[in-house]
Amino acid sequence: MANKGKSAGSLLAVERGTWSRLWRKISKDQIAFLAFLTLIVLYLMIAVAGFLAPYSEGWFDRNYATAPPTHVYMIDGETGGITWPYVYQSKRGFDQETFEFGFTPDTSKKHPVQFFVKGEPYKLLGLIPGDIHLFGVEAPGRICLLGTDINGRDNFSRLLYGGQISLTIGFLGLFIAFPIGLIYGGISGYFGGWIDNALMRVTEVIMSIPSLYLLISLAAIIPAGFTSAQRFAMVVVSLAFIGWAGLSRVIRGMVLTIKEQEYVESARAIGLGALPIVIKHVLPQTASYVIIAITMGVPDYILAESGLSFLGLGIQQPDASWGNMLKEAQEITNLMTRPWMMMPGVLIFLAVLAFNVMGDAVRDVLDPKSYIRK
Amino acid sequence: MSILTYIIKRFLIAIPTILAVSVLGFLLMRFDFGTFGPYDIDFGIGSPIHLDAIPLKNPIDPLAELRNNPQISAKALQKEVIRLGLDQPMHVQYWRWVKGVFQVNPEALSEGKLWEFFQPDLGKDYSGHDVARELMSRAKNTLALNLLSVFFAWIIAIPLGIQAALHWRSLFDRLTTVAATCGMALPSFVLALMLAVVAVKTGWLPISGITSANYESLSLVGKALDIAAHLALPVLTLTLLGLAGWQRQMRGNLLDYLQAEYIRTARAKGLPENVVIYKHAVRTAINPLVTMLGFQLAGLLSGSLLVETVLNYPGLGAYIYAGVLKTDTNVVMSSLVMSAILLVAGNLCADILLKIVDPRIELS
Repeated sequence: MANKGKSAGSLLAVERGTWSRLWRKISKDQIAFLAFLTLIVLYLMIAVAGFLAPYSEGWFDRNYATAPPTHVYMIDGETGGITWPYVYQSKRGFDQETFEFGFTPDTSKKHPVQFFVKGEPYKLLGLIPGDIHLFGVEAPGRICLLGTDINGRDNFSRLLYGGQISLTIGFLGLFIAFPIGLIYGGISGYFGGWIDNALMRVTEVIMSIPSLYLLISLAAIIPAGFTSAQRFAMVVVSLAFIGWAGLSRVIRGMVLTIKEQEYVESARAIGLGALPIVIKHVLPQTASYVIIAITMGVPDYILAESGLSFLGLGIQQPDASWGNMLKEAQEITNLMTRPWMMMPGVLIFLAVLAFNVMGDAVRDVLDPKSYIRK
Repeated sequence: MSILTYIIKRFLIAIPTILAVSVLGFLLMRFDFGTFGPYDIDFGIGSPIHLDAIPLKNPIDPLAELRNNPQISAKALQKEVIRLGLDQPMHVQYWRWVKGVFQVNPEALSEGKLWEFFQPDLGKDYSGHDVARELMSRAKNTLALNLLSVFFAWIIAIPLGIQAALHWRSLFDRLTTVAATCGMALPSFVLALMLAVVAVKTGWLPISGITSANYESLSLVGKALDIAAHLALPVLTLTLLGLAGWQRQMRGNLLDYLQAEYIRTARAKGLPENVVIYKHAVRTAINPLVTMLGFQLAGLLSGSLLVETVLNYPGLGAYIYAGVLKTDTNVVMSSLVMSAILLVAGNLCADILLKIVDPRIELS
C-alpha cells in the first residue's frame, strides 16, 4: 500500500521537480517565454472568439464581398483633430474604364465604433451564451478588420472561429494517436517474437506511404453528406491514423530496453499479468519521451490539418479553418489583389513557431543530453 | 554482406509491404465496412449524447460521372461495369488489378526490346489517359523535383551549419538559428504561394507546368532552359523548406562531435585546425544527416504534394490529388502504391549512401 501514492504519480514517471524546472526554464529563457505567451494569447483568443469577433462565423453581406479591410478613422476628416474612432460605409462600384470592381467610402455618414455592443448571440466554448461583442458598428456600417471573403463573410471573425478548429484538432488527433501508439508499441516490444514481427509489419505499411498521400486518400472517403461535427471527427481520426504508427515504433524500441530491467522482472515474479506490467510499469518510463513528442508533434498535426483543408479535403465550407480560408488565396490573382488573405497563413506560422520553440525548451529540460544543441 | 545481396534482400522484404499498401489502397477506395452507430452515449450527466449513424463505405462511385451523363446509354454503362469488374466480388477485382500490374509482353523479349517487356495495365484515368504511362512520367517529375531540392538544400545547409557550429553563439549563429526556426514553421503551401506571387509580380519565372506552350519548337538548349525555368520555382520552394531542418541538424551534430575525445586527441597531437574540423569532426557529423535523409523522404514527398498542387507542377502528388477530387480509383490506388515504392527505394538509397559515407556500418 505504501506504493500506492507512487504508482498513481508514476502515470507520468518524470523525475521529481521536472515541472518546476520546466517552468523555470520557460520563465528565464526570453524566447521560450515569448513563445509561451504567444500560445496563451492565441488560445485565449479562440476561447473567447464569440466575444472578440464582431460577427458570427456564418454572417455574410453579399453586397460587401471581397472588400478590403475597413479603414478605422481616428482623425476627423473635417476638423483634423483626434476623434472617437469611426468608419464609413463602403459602396461597391464598377469602374467602366478599367473594368475593375472597387469600393468607395460613403463619406456622408460616419459610423462610430462602439465597444461592448449587443450583437449576434454566441456561445463561449460552446457553453456560455452571450451576445455582447467587444466592438462593432451600427448595422448599415461594416467593420471588417481583414476585409471580407468571396461570400462577403468577415475574415477577422472567421479567423478567430477557424482558430478554434485549427488549434484544437492537433491536440485531439494526438490524444487518439498516443494511447494507441503507446499500447501497441508497448505490447509489441514487451512480447517480442512473432507478435512483435507481425505488429511491426503493420506499422511499416502505414509508414511506407508518404503521410499526406495517405491522408488525402483517407479524407476522400469521408461522405459529402456529413454534418460538420461528423466531418471534424473524421478528420481527427484520419490525422490520428497516420500518426500512431511512427510513435509506436519508437515506444517499442524503448520498451525493448526497459523490459530487461530488474524491477520489471520482479513484477513478473510476483505474478503480475503482462498487460498490467506494460501499462503500469513499463510505459510510464517512456513519459519523458512522450511529453517531448507531444510538444513536438502538435505543430505537425496543425500543419497536416491546414494542408488538408487547404486542399479542400479537410474542414469544409461553411465551417472556417485556417487551412480552408487559405484556399481562396490559392488563386494567385486573388492573393495579389488582396494580400490580407494571407493572414491565416501568418497565424499558422506563428502557432507552429511557438510550439516548436516550446518543444525545444521542453526537450532541453527533459532530455539533458540535448542541452548542447541550444 | 555485399551491397548487391543487400539490395536484393531489401527488395524482397519490400514486396509484401508494397502489396499490403496496394490492399490498403484498394480497401480505402472500394470496400464496404458497413455502418458505425447510431449510438446514444449516456454519461449519467445531462442528456445523452447522440451519434448519428456513420456509413463506413466509400461513397465513391467510379461511374458516377457516366451515370449522370444522359448521352451514355445503359448498355454502354453495363459494358463499363464489366470492363472495370465492378460486378465481380472484391477479391476478384483486386486480383484483376494485381494481374494488370504484372502484365508482360513476351514478344518484346524475342525482339530484343527489354524495356518494353513490362507493360503494366493500370486502367485509364479520369481524362482517359493510360494510368501506367501517366504515372511513370509524373513519378519522374516528382523524383527530379525532390532530388534537386535535396541536393541544393544540402550544399547550402551544410556549410551554413558548419559555420554556425564553429562560431557557436556568435551573431551569425544566432541569425541562422532564428532563420532556421522560422523556416521550419512555415507551411509549404504558404511559402509556395508567396514565391508564386513574387514570380508573377516580377515576371522572372513561370509559375505552372514543366514546359512552355512552344516547347516542341525550341532547340535542344532552349528545351533544357525551358525546363530549368519551370523547375526553378518548385525546387526553390522545397529547397528553402528543407534548408532549415538540415542546417539545424548539421549544426547540432557538429557541436556534439566537437566535444568528442578524439577531436581533443587530434588537436593535442598538433594537427592543423582545418584538418581537425573538416577531416575529423565534419566527416563524422555528416553521417546522421544521411540517416535523416531516409526519415525525411516521407515528409519531402508530402511537402512536394502541396507545392506541386499550388504551382501546378505535373508530379505524382498533384496526380493523386486530382484523382481524389475526381474520385478515380485507378489513379488513387496506383499513385498510393507508386509513392510507397518511391519512399521504399529512397530509404534503400539512403542506407546504401550511408554505407558508402561510413564504411564502418554493417549492412544487415
